[in-house]
Amino acid sequence: MASPTGPTRTPAKLHQGADAEGGVGDSPLRPDGTLKVTGEFAYSSDMWHEDMLWGCTLRSPYAHAEIVSIDTSEALEQAGVYAVLTYDDLPAEVKKYGLEIRDTPALAHGRVRHHGEPVALVAADHPETARRAAARIKVEYKELPVVHDEASALAEDAPLLHPGRDDHHAPHVPHPNIVHRQPIVRGDVASAAERADVIVTGEYEVGMQDQAFLGPESGLAVPAEDGGVDLYIATQWLHSDLRQIAPVLGLPEEKVRMTLSGVGGAFGGREDLSMQIHACLLALRTGKPVKIVYNRFESFFGHVHRHPAKLWYEHGATRDGKLTHMKCRIVLDGGAYASASPAVVGNASSHAAGPYEIDNVEIEALALYTNNPPCGAMRGFGAVQACFAYEAQMDKLAAELGMDPVEFRQRNAMSQGSVMPTGQTVDAPAPVAELLRRVKSMPLPMEKQWENVGGRADVRALPGGLSNTTHGEGVVRGVGYAVGIKNVCFSEGFDDYSTARVRLEVVGGEPVAVVHTAMAEVGQGGITVHSQIARTELGVTRVTILPADTQVGSAGSTSASRQTYMTGGAVKHVCELVREQVLRRGREKFGTYHPAWATAELLLEGGKVVTDGGEVLASLVDVLGDEPVEAEDEWRHRPTVPFDLETGQGFGHVQYSFAAHRAVVEVDTELGLVKVIELACAQDVGKAMNPQAVVGQIQGGTTQGLGLAVMEEILVDPKAKVRNPSFTDYLIPTILDTPTIPVDVLELADEHAPYGLRGAGEAPTLSSTPAVMAAIRAATGKALPRVPVRPEHIVEA
Amino acid sequence: MRVTFTVNGRRHEADDVWEGESLLYVLRERMGLPGSKNACEQGECGSCTVRLDGEPVCACLVAAGQAEGREVVTVEGLADYARQRDGGERDGEAAGDAALAPVQQAFIDAGAVQCGFCTPGLLVAADELIERNPQPTDADIREALSGNLCRCTGYEKIMDAVRLAAARADQSTQEVG
Repeated sequence: MASPTGPTRTPAKLHQGADAEGGVGDSPLRPDGTLKVTGEFAYSSDMWHEDMLWGCTLRSPYAHAEIVSIDTSEALEQAGVYAVLTYDDLPAEVKKYGLEIRDTPALAHGRVRHHGEPVALVAADHPETARRAAARIKVEYKELPVVHDEASALAEDAPLLHPGRDDHHAPHVPHPNIVHRQPIVRGDVASAAERADVIVTGEYEVGMQDQAFLGPESGLAVPAEDGGVDLYIATQWLHSDLRQIAPVLGLPEEKVRMTLSGVGGAFGGREDLSMQIHACLLALRTGKPVKIVYNRFESFFGHVHRHPAKLWYEHGATRDGKLTHMKCRIVLDGGAYASASPAVVGNASSHAAGPYEIDNVEIEALALYTNNPPCGAMRGFGAVQACFAYEAQMDKLAAELGMDPVEFRQRNAMSQGSVMPTGQTVDAPAPVAELLRRVKSMPLPMEKQWENVGGRADVRALPGGLSNTTHGEGVVRGVGYAVGIKNVCFSEGFDDYSTARVRLEVVGGEPVAVVHTAMAEVGQGGITVHSQIARTELGVTRVTILPADTQVGSAGSTSASRQTYMTGGAVKHVCELVREQVLRRGREKFGTYHPAWATAELLLEGGKVVTDGGEVLASLVDVLGDEPVEAEDEWRHRPTVPFDLETGQGFGHVQYSFAAHRAVVEVDTELGLVKVIELACAQDVGKAMNPQAVVGQIQGGTTQGLGLAVMEEILVDPKAKVRNPSFTDYLIPTILDTPTIPVDVLELADEHAPYGLRGAGEAPTLSSTPAVMAAIRAATGKALPRVPVRPEHIVEA
Repeated sequence: MRVTFTVNGRRHEADDVWEGESLLYVLRERMGLPGSKNACEQGECGSCTVRLDGEPVCACLVAAGQAEGREVVTVEGLADYARQRDGGERDGEAAGDAALAPVQQAFIDAGAVQCGFCTPGLLVAADELIERNPQPTDADIREALSGNLCRCTGYEKIMDAVRLAAARADQSTQEVG
């Protein structure tokens, strides 16, 4: 328990003892599982401090407006209000932040560029007092014309979202309202098109999806005596936050001490800052701890979303079913600020051809600046939008050729040694055809499964469910397939590393491994994997996981499916350093007692130093004595290079991951209602570090793909205002909307990766959406070029 | 205003409660019981599900004053609640790990916990389901938990967990009976 004057419910060390055995490849229980089921786990919104204040954010009601004046006097007069801050109160020269391009104002200055942009902050002794005071801040706006799509963004008289850009993409973009543009050109499309027997084209659209993590943006900032601040926060990358926060506060990084509190999901939505700077500003101004917790309404404005996209595709194939060429253009709406748009463009373009061998490609992807909500990272990161389009194209081509859609895909599937449109050779297993074979060979769910309960229709198993809209009349089944490709780790030359610190010590007569990293555990189970790696590498049972904080080096982001690879890799690497030290000490202490110390390959197993022949040389307890062994190091994956700005060529990605889905749907063709009956997935994970957790990742990712297919979309009106910022109007799949998800896990090792593993989190989100859409098309015969699909799209003539 | 009600068998009191405060806010911010979660605060996600005089409710939609004089059970009290309910027949080894309710243990064992933010509400709802319907079908489980959103798991392992908890309860009843 913390002292009465300090914050309570701070993140705790997680200990696992003998009851939680399990090394790499096992499925031990989560170290935080008990805390999470008893309600004791300290999420960022649970933080509490004796004399804390509540922060509240006043946001713009307009998508694009000039701020004529701000009058905070009435708000300040409210009893219980301690501070009201606007742009003029920002303490440092630096007023903006951003992941890559520092273009996002900490508080709006002179102009708001999207609906919900933060304009002012209030700190008060009660959240309702803060909200009411915020409502009394008088802001005079003068509305400006909105930029809301490609035409309005690139029009001759288009208002520029960021005039005078000086970021490193500015010199090469064709228009200042384009954040970044990446062409990829390979082969000779024109002559390949002449060889094509069939050519299909399509125009596709993907709506704006929200991460909809359940734990709202929240945290507690506590001012410190040294003029700095302690911040308890939910994020995906502590050190990236720190790099953006400290300059705006005018503090050196060492005076902003961050600790990861419990994170209620992320899915990309916590890569950007939300309330971090705001809580710190209020805490530093008032000298009191300040807690900010968004409600769901505000959360929809508090983080970036998945880029909505328009995609134009052309594919050609020969009569015998071989792809000749592909052309595409992908326009992503990045919204008002850059966020992760440049990297999303790189991903959308480099994955635009999908997991297929196509020698001749012309690809163009770009992200726009508009007055729509800012868009950035979400699970799948640019590859999701492309996969929806290219998989629809594959079905069109198969239909045109009269071929089975799975067989057509298999005929063109890439494999190890295939070359990407970027010229990069895929130098690890790429079992695309095999994954398709596996999902196809799973048994199909029974026909008319709704009749299987007591012989009469169970409406719960039918489209429309308990709304009782059909007992089977008009219901048609469809089956669809899709497969996708997603990169793993940060790409395009980024110096991507992770840091781990591991100590081996004797506690209570037993060796214990203590693992300290800054990795954001957001639910994925990274901490479980760390304890497994420590057990495997150090031969111990007991592992303690320290809370993630900025007292240890960066672990990089919990995104890009990279943490098991990267921080897992770092923990493995540092455990190896610890093991070397232990063996060195063992040789010093006991080397003279047994020749094997000098001659044999030595391992740590079962708390002992053993030879590779199994002979015990010493116990870890004896080797360690009272002196712990500790090591810390950074660990990197193999380097990548940026894509060439004109040709898109380059070894841009570290690793590729693949998943395939088969969707079985039933559609009430009269009402346009869809029930997904089953969504089977096969995925190659290289090595299932924790089989239970990896299946959980695949099922969770699959369900988010299902949501994009049939229900999830942030609706933006013609004035770029968000229409549905609530769980009443933005729907995510419930347990009734979600089918059974059988998973077939393939483990083909990638020799470049620790344990041969392959990042697993994102790939299942890609192919889920197009598989569901293919199934709905199969049931209805409709083209359905847009997700999410709505009943009116299905029933319209 | 002052509100007084029973939470997890103990009388709790809070002073200076603003009339607009929800039961969820008072539990989390005034009574030191943050286990019930605040994922939407609009009655859509179920993360704040508690029992109010035995009925599962969204604590965010209940005004704190409405709880006056009533009995609330939150995730923090679920283990005790389950133990008292099952006490007569489940003492000794059959009661398993005394610190956790069977449904809590099943969620851990089945891998139904990822980020865990939906977990407290799901546990209260699932425990109530099994209390009311000890051998639920899959359709029963889905219907009973349809008010609880989860964004991480795809619900498959939550289904596994509820099936597991029901199967274990059934087995221990048979052993005792």
